[in-house]
Amino acid sequence: MYPSRFRYEAPRSIAEAIALLREGGDDAKVLAGGQSLVPLMKLRFASPELIVDINNLPGLDYHREDPDGTIRIGALCRHADLERSALLKARQPVMAAAAPLIADPIVRNRGTLVGSLCHADPQGDWASVVTALGGFVVARGPGGRRTIPIADFVTGPFQNALAPDEIAVEAIIPAPKGALAGGYLKLERRVGDFATVGVAVATESSGGKVTRAGIALTGVGGSTINATAAAEALVGQPLSAESIRQAADLAAEAARPRTDHRGSAEYKRHMVRTFVVRILSRGDGGEAAAGNGGEAGAGNGSEAGAGGGTQNSAGNGTADGGAERAA
Amino acid sequence: MSQALDEIKIGGLGASRKRVEDDRFIRGRGNYTDDITLPGMLHMEILRSPLAHARIKSVDASKAWDIPGVRLVLTGEMMATRNLAWMPTLSYDTQAVLATDKVRFQGQEVACVIADDPYIAKDACEAIDVEYEPLPVIVNPVQAQADGAPVIRDDKENQPDNVIYDWEVGDKAGTDRAFEQADVISKLKLHYPRSHPSPIECCGSIADFNRATSKLTVYMTTQAPHIIRAAVALVAELPEHMIRIVSPDIGGGFGNKVPVYPGYVCSILASILLERPVKWIEDKSGNLISTGFARDMYLDSEMALRKDGKILGVRIHADADHGAFFSDAQPSKFKIGLLHSAFAAYDIPAGHLTARGTYSNKAPGGVAYRCSFRVTEAMFFQERMMQAAAVDLGIDQAEFRRMNFVQDEQFPYRTAFGFLTDSGQYAKCLDVGLKAVGYEEFRQQQAEARKRGRLLGLGISTMTEPLGAGNSREYDILGIKMFDSAELKVHMTGKAILRTGAKSQGQGHETTWAQIVAHELGLPAEDVVVEEGDTDTAPFGMGTYASRSTPVAGAAVAMVSRKIRAKARKLAAHLLEVSEEDIEWELGRFYVRSAPDRGVTIQECAMAAYSNMPDGMEPGLENTAYYDPPNLTWPFAVYIVTVEVDPETGVWDVLNMVAVDDCGVRINPMIVEGQIMGGLTEAYAMSSTQFITFDSEGNCVGSNYMDYMLPSAWETPGFELHSEVVTPSPHHPIGAKGVGECAAVGGPAAFVNAVMDAISDTGVRNIDMPLLPDRVWEAIKYHRDVSGAPPVRADD
Ligand SMILES: Cc1cc2nc3c(=O)[nH]c(=O)nc-3n(C[C@H](O)[C@H](O)[C@H](O)COP(=O)(O)OP(=O)(O)OC[C@H]3O[C@@H](n4cnc5c(N)ncnc54)[C@H](O)[C@@H]3O)c2cc1C
Repeated sequence: MYPSRFRYEAPRSIAEAIALLREGGDDAKVLAGGQSLVPLMKLRFASPELIVDINNLPGLDYHREDPDGTIRIGALCRHADLERSALLKARQPVMAAAAPLIADPIVRNRGTLVGSLCHADPQGDWASVVTALGGFVVARGPGGRRTIPIADFVTGPFQNALAPDEIAVEAIIPAPKGALAGGYLKLERRVGDFATVGVAVATESSGGKVTRAGIALTGVGGSTINATAAAEALVGQPLSAESIRQAADLAAEAARPRTDHRGSAEYKRHMVRTFVVRILSRGDGGEAAAGNGGEAGAGNGSEAGAGGGTQNSAGNGTADGGAERAA
Repeated sequence: MSQALDEIKIGGLGASRKRVEDDRFIRGRGNYTDDITLPGMLHMEILRSPLAHARIKSVDASKAWDIPGVRLVLTGEMMATRNLAWMPTLSYDTQAVLATDKVRFQGQEVACVIADDPYIAKDACEAIDVEYEPLPVIVNPVQAQADGAPVIRDDKENQPDNVIYDWEVGDKAGTDRAFEQADVISKLKLHYPRSHPSPIECCGSIADFNRATSKLTVYMTTQAPHIIRAAVALVAELPEHMIRIVSPDIGGGFGNKVPVYPGYVCSILASILLERPVKWIEDKSGNLISTGFARDMYLDSEMALRKDGKILGVRIHADADHGAFFSDAQPSKFKIGLLHSAFAAYDIPAGHLTARGTYSNKAPGGVAYRCSFRVTEAMFFQERMMQAAAVDLGIDQAEFRRMNFVQDEQFPYRTAFGFLTDSGQYAKCLDVGLKAVGYEEFRQQQAEARKRGRLLGLGISTMTEPLGAGNSREYDILGIKMFDSAELKVHMTGKAILRTGAKSQGQGHETTWAQIVAHELGLPAEDVVVEEGDTDTAPFGMGTYASRSTPVAGAAVAMVSRKIRAKARKLAAHLLEVSEEDIEWELGRFYVRSAPDRGVTIQECAMAAYSNMPDGMEPGLENTAYYDPPNLTWPFAVYIVTVEVDPETGVWDVLNMVAVDDCGVRINPMIVEGQIMGGLTEAYAMSSTQFITFDSEGNCVGSNYMDYMLPSAWETPGFELHSEVVTPSPHHPIGAKGVGECAAVGGPAAFVNAVMDAISDTGVRNIDMPLLPDRVWEAIKYHRDVSGAPPVRADD
C-alpha cells in the first residue's frame, strides 16, 4: 500500500489528541480501528496530512451498563468485543444480532463501533442499529463534552457533526423502558461484504403494548434511513400480523434503494419488507406473517437474528444465527 | 524371493505424501517475486486510464520528471520511437504496451514511472497530466455489432468494424438433416459471464540488465518461463542466450500468469535504459482490471431430439467478447479454443458450431482460467442444455444422461466435432454419484417439501475435459509445438535432481514429480529434489496451464526415469556379471532371474555409473526426455448438488455436494483431492458471486476484493469426494489424466442446475450466473429468464 505522505502522531491523552487535531485542522484525521480510513488512504481517496492515532488513549476500550440500564461503548471498543459480549447477549438483542455481521472476523478485531458511526457509511451497519435504538454520540473537543443524538450526528453520506478538533469518545444506548426486542438482519453476498440491505428493528413493550419502536435501514439510500413512520405504526398497540405488515410496508416505502450490481431497487425494497416482517414475527411468535421463516431447514438464515448467532463455519447447510447470507 | 520396496513407504505412486513445498510456504520462507531485492533496484508504477474509451489529446509528464527520486517516465510516445508502443499477442493480433492514440479499456496502461521507491513512483504517476476526449463505449457483442458502432481498433488497417473472426467446425449438412428428423427441438441461450482468475499474488517482474555481461535476467510471475524467453527474444530482439527468465515461487496462476503484460515489457525496457534493476509489482486493482480475464461468452444453441430421448444433433453458436485486443493466451489452432469439446461425453451423431469474436472496451487477454481454453464454457453449456432438454422431453435427468453417454466399449471414440476421447466409465461414475447423494430419496423429499412451499432442487453435471495440450499436430504457441520435458540427474549416492519445463504455482510438482521418479526407479521420493522455472537450468518446456503438467511434463518425468533405468540395467548386468537379458527389475532393484537373491539396488547402479562402468560406456547417470503426447487425456467427472431456495428472498443454500472424479491413476491422492476441492470452490464461486461486469460507461465493477467476490471458507459448502472409479489413460505412461481443473470446469452447471430444478415450477429456463439472490427472486416472482449481461442494471 502506497498512500500519500502523511505525518503520524500517537498521543497518550485526550487533551493532547485534541491539541493535535486543532493544529491539523481540516487536514487531520483521527485513526481508530483504521478499517475504513486505511483502505481510503491506500486508494488515495483520502490523503490526510496528519494522522492522530487514538489507540494509545487510555480507558476507551470499554462497553458497560450503567445501573439504570444505559449502555456505553467507548471509542476503542472493537466490533469483536461486542460480538463476544455477554452483556449484549443478555441485555441488548439488537446489538448482539448485529455484531457478528459486521465485516469479517479480521476486520472485527480492529474496527470500532464509534469509528463506524463517525465514518457514516450508508452501508455501515452500526449507524442503523444505533438509530433504531435511539442512541447518542458523545464528543470531546477544546470546549468540553457534548452529547449528540445519532439522527443529528450522521449528517449525510460519510459526513458527521464533529468539528475538526473533536473526538467521539463514546456511544450511548439509552435504557429501554419495558421489554426490549428486535434484531438486525442483513443481506450480504458473502461474509465480509457490506449490506445489500440491512434492517434494524427495536421495540420496547410494556403491558402488552409496544411503547417505543425504532426501525432503521442500511444500504438502501444515500445515508442511513430512520424509518420513523414505519416505527410509529407499531406503537400504542400489541404487535399483530396487521401492524407488522403495515410497518413493513412503510419501511419499504421509506427505503430509497438504487438498482445496481447488487440487485434491483424493487428487490431491495422487497427485502426491507421481508426483513421487518421476519424480525418482528420472531418476537411474538407470529408465524403467520413470517413467510417460510422458522422452518427452512436449509439455513437460509430464517432463524437468524435475536440471538446474534455466530457466523456459519460449516458454510452452507445449517441454520446459522445471524445473517441472510446471499449465498 | 522378492525384495521389492513398499512403494507407498518410499513415497511412490499412490502415496498421500505431504507437500514438500508447504514447509517453506507455511513458515513464510517462500521466495516470491516481491521478496527479491537486488542492489540498486528501482521501482516502477503504472498510470492507468480512468476511461474505457477515449482519444488521448496530450500527455504531459513534466511535473512527474520534476519530483526528486524520479529516474524515468515512459509514455506511449517514447515507446513508439523504439517501436515498442505495440506488441504482438499470442493470438496474432497486436496489443498496446503504452497507449498512444486512444485508450480502449478502463485500466489500460498509459505511462510508467521508475523511481527510487514505490511511493515516489506513485506520487509521480499522479502528477502526469493526461487530456482525454471521451468516446462512446462498447461493453458487449450486441453493441459491438450495432449499426454505426464506433470502431475500437481504428489503429488497424482492414478493420472496418469490431468483428475479429468468424469460425466454424463440424458438419453443417449432417446437422441440418438431424434437425429435420427431430421429434423435439430444445433451445437454450445463456451468457457465461466474465470472470478473473485472480491469483492472490498479483503479477510482477524484476528486470535486471547488466551492461557488462550483456545479460538480461528477469525474475517474474510467469507460468511459462521458456515461452517468455522466446517472446522477449523475438519482441526485444535480444539474443536468446543472453536472456534468463526466472520464475520463483508463484502465489497462484490459474491462467492469469501465462500472457505477456505491458508491465513486464516496460520494466525490461526501463532496466535496459537505466542499467539498473527495475521492479514492478502490480496492485490488486491493477491485476483485476487489466490482466487476463476469462469466459465472457454468449451461447445460443439448440438440440435435435428423438421422443425416446436419443440426441440426434446439436447446433451451437457462440459470441465471444474479447475486449480491446485479441490476446487470448491459448495454444490451439481453433479460434474459439476447445469449445467444440462440448458434448464429447455423449454419443451424438452430428454437430455444427459457429463462433464470432468481437472487440469491446474491456480488458483484453482471454485466459484459460483453470481449464483447457474454453472447455469451461463448453461443459457448462453442455450440462445446462442437457437439463433443459430432459425437462422438455419429460425424461429423468439422470436417465437422459445415461442413455446418451458414450459407452465404455466405444473408446477410443470420435466425437461429432472431431476429438478422439481416450477412455472412461461414464455410467459407472454417474451411478456412484447418484447413490452417494441418495437420488431417489431426495426426489421424494423434494416432492414432499414442495407441498409445504419449500423449494428443494438437485442438479447434475458431468464433464470430460481434453487435457494436456497438446499433441504437436494441433497445438502450438507462436509456432512452438506443445511438448514438454524432464531432465533427471542421478548422483553417485543415489540422490537425484529433476528439472522440468513446467512451472508449479501451487500444484505441488516438487512433491508429485519425485513420486513418479520413485515409482519408476525405486528411489525414495525424498531423495529427489525438483526444480523448475529457471530457463538457464531447466530443459525447454511450455509451462503449466490447461492441466497439462501431469499429462505432458509428468509423462516426460516417467520417460526420463525409464531412460535412466535402461542404463542402470546395463550397469546392473555389469555388476552382476550376467547378460542384460537375464536381469529382472522390481521396485528399486535388479536381480538375476535364475537367482533372485543376487541383485543390486538402483543406488548401487548409480555409484557404478561414476566408479565402475563397463568398458565403452559413457560415465554418469543423467538424461533428458522430451514428450509429445499422442493424444489429449480425457478425465471424466460427475458432480451432483442439492440446494434449498428461499422463495421469499431468492437466497439459496447448498445442502450437499457430491463429486465423483475419474482422473485415471492418482499419483498423490491427497494433492488430487486438494485440487478437486479448490476447483469445486471456484465452481461454487462462479455460480454464486464471482464475476466481473461493467456499467454502460465501461467502468469495471469488480475491480477490488470488496466487489470481486471470491468465496471464503465461511460460505463455501462442504464437499463429498469419491475416487472409486479409475480408468487409466491408455496412452499416458503411468495412466494419469490430469485433474487440476476438472471441478472448476464441471462444477458450475451442477449448482445452477440445482437452483433451476428447485424453481422448475416457474417454467423459467435460465438465470445467468452468478445466481445472486435478486436474480433468483426475479425469476420466481415474474416467471421470466434473468440475464446478467453487461452493462449492469442501473437506475440511470
Ligand atoms: C473488508 C472490510 C469489510 C467491512 N465490512 C463492513 C460491514 O459489513 N459493515 C460495516 O458496518 N462496516 C464494515 N467495514 C468497516 C468497518 O466496520 C470499520 O471498522 C468501521 O467502518 C470504521 O471503524 P474504525 O474504527 O475502523 O475507523 P477508522 O477507519 O479508524 O476511521 C474511520 C473514519 O472515522 C473517523 N473516526 C474514527 N474514530 C473516530 C473517533 N473516535 N472520533 C472522531 N473520528 C473518528 C476517522 O477519522 C475516519 O474518518 C468493513 C471494513 C473492511 C476493511
